[in-house]
Amino acid sequence: MLIRFWGTRGSLPAPLGTAGLRRKLVRALQKAAGRPLDTDEALERFVAEELDFATSHTFGGNTACVQIDVGGPEYVLCDLGSGAREFGLAAMARYRPGVAQVFHVFLSHLHWDHIQGFPFFVPAYIPGNRIVIHGCHEGLEAGFRRQHGAPSFPVNFSQLPSTIEFVHLVPGETYEVAGLRVTGKRQFHSGDSYAYRFERDGKAVVYSTDSEHKLDDPASARGFADFFRDADLVIFDAMYSLADAFSIKEDWGHSSNIVGVELCQMAGVRHLCLFHHEPAYDDEKLTAIWRETERLEELTRGERPLRITAAYDGLELRV
Amino acid sequence: MELSSARHGDTIVLSPRGRIDHARAEAFKTALGPHLAQAGPGHPLVLDLGGVDYIASVGLRVLMLASRQARAQGGTIAVAALQPLVREIFEISKFTLVFPCFASVADALANPAARPQPGAAGR
Repeated sequence: MLIRFWGTRGSLPAPLGTAGLRRKLVRALQKAAGRPLDTDEALERFVAEELDFATSHTFGGNTACVQIDVGGPEYVLCDLGSGAREFGLAAMARYRPGVAQVFHVFLSHLHWDHIQGFPFFVPAYIPGNRIVIHGCHEGLEAGFRRQHGAPSFPVNFSQLPSTIEFVHLVPGETYEVAGLRVTGKRQFHSGDSYAYRFERDGKAVVYSTDSEHKLDDPASARGFADFFRDADLVIFDAMYSLADAFSIKEDWGHSSNIVGVELCQMAGVRHLCLFHHEPAYDDEKLTAIWRETERLEELTRGERPLRITAAYDGLELRV
Repeated sequence: MELSSARHGDTIVLSPRGRIDHARAEAFKTALGPHLAQAGPGHPLVLDLGGVDYIASVGLRVLMLASRQARAQGGTIAVAALQPLVREIFEISKFTLVFPCFASVADALANPAARPQPGAAGR
């Protein structure tokens, strides 16, 4: 499976601004001072190998949209945040016009940051395309129709020429979709959210965003450890610090890097990917959180190491 | 959960031992309870964590709840003598922003930050 991240922010899109770009440029130029970087190859190598992550990259600003690519003809997505716009353009560019495509979307929940990309999802405007939105919530279709029409959007959902289907999933039951075995699990979040476990050829990827772990019920932690069990990759909402998640942001429905590491260690997960980044955090802050999480894993490592990544728009991970 | 206590003037110093992890956090919370009930104006609590090898998120949650209760009662909780690993966990979790952290119990006892300010009201 190839996992492509098209949107990794939570709550609201947070594009890089001029001030942030200028800080990166200054840091890069400071690092390059006095260096004989007089060819394109030397510049490319310098940027790739010598600049720290926060200088050479950006986590990006799109809200949640993650693609699971198993090489088949049908697309599989988790959520339709603003990252769905770029995904849709890439999907349309892949085939010549007139080739009907099928998109399966697994929806964690109907909060705005997880559906806001759909009115800008070009495949929905192409006759012949089929979009199947799978989710455990009742009222999936109503949630999409509500944002896709007056007064919020100039085109009404009813005008979309593609075929759009809504499929209700039962948490705990496993479904075969596009070559994947998919199971949902309810999570603690306002209005509920759902994680999904995707399995194929002995590999497993878990998408667990917008989930608060209150830790007052050991059975709940064991339940999530069981859901994450031996997964090759867990994409995990680590939006807040543990201190914030336990205090001023309690009941806001999100989790922390600390809990992500602990649950993944309990479950024997191979790779934890921090996700649903706080829009107020810049690239430097998110990089620091990533490095702190790596350090925490190192301090608390059990029998086997847990790889830690912080998701960014454009990241690809092969499982 | 081993938790010894000592009184230093008007300050209660509590000294847990071992790991405060998923298996032992509830016992830590239970052991803390009677002492926490005494936290109030003029009766600060200092947690001597010198004997704590590791603290998990559930243990930190117990501390957060204790801090909340102490504040509601007009008291304070400070932590002291964190072992290096526990200190790093406090920093990574940003619990250093929640609790006054002191290098030693003596520092905590001597420092006004470990004590409620005059006129401080409970929550």
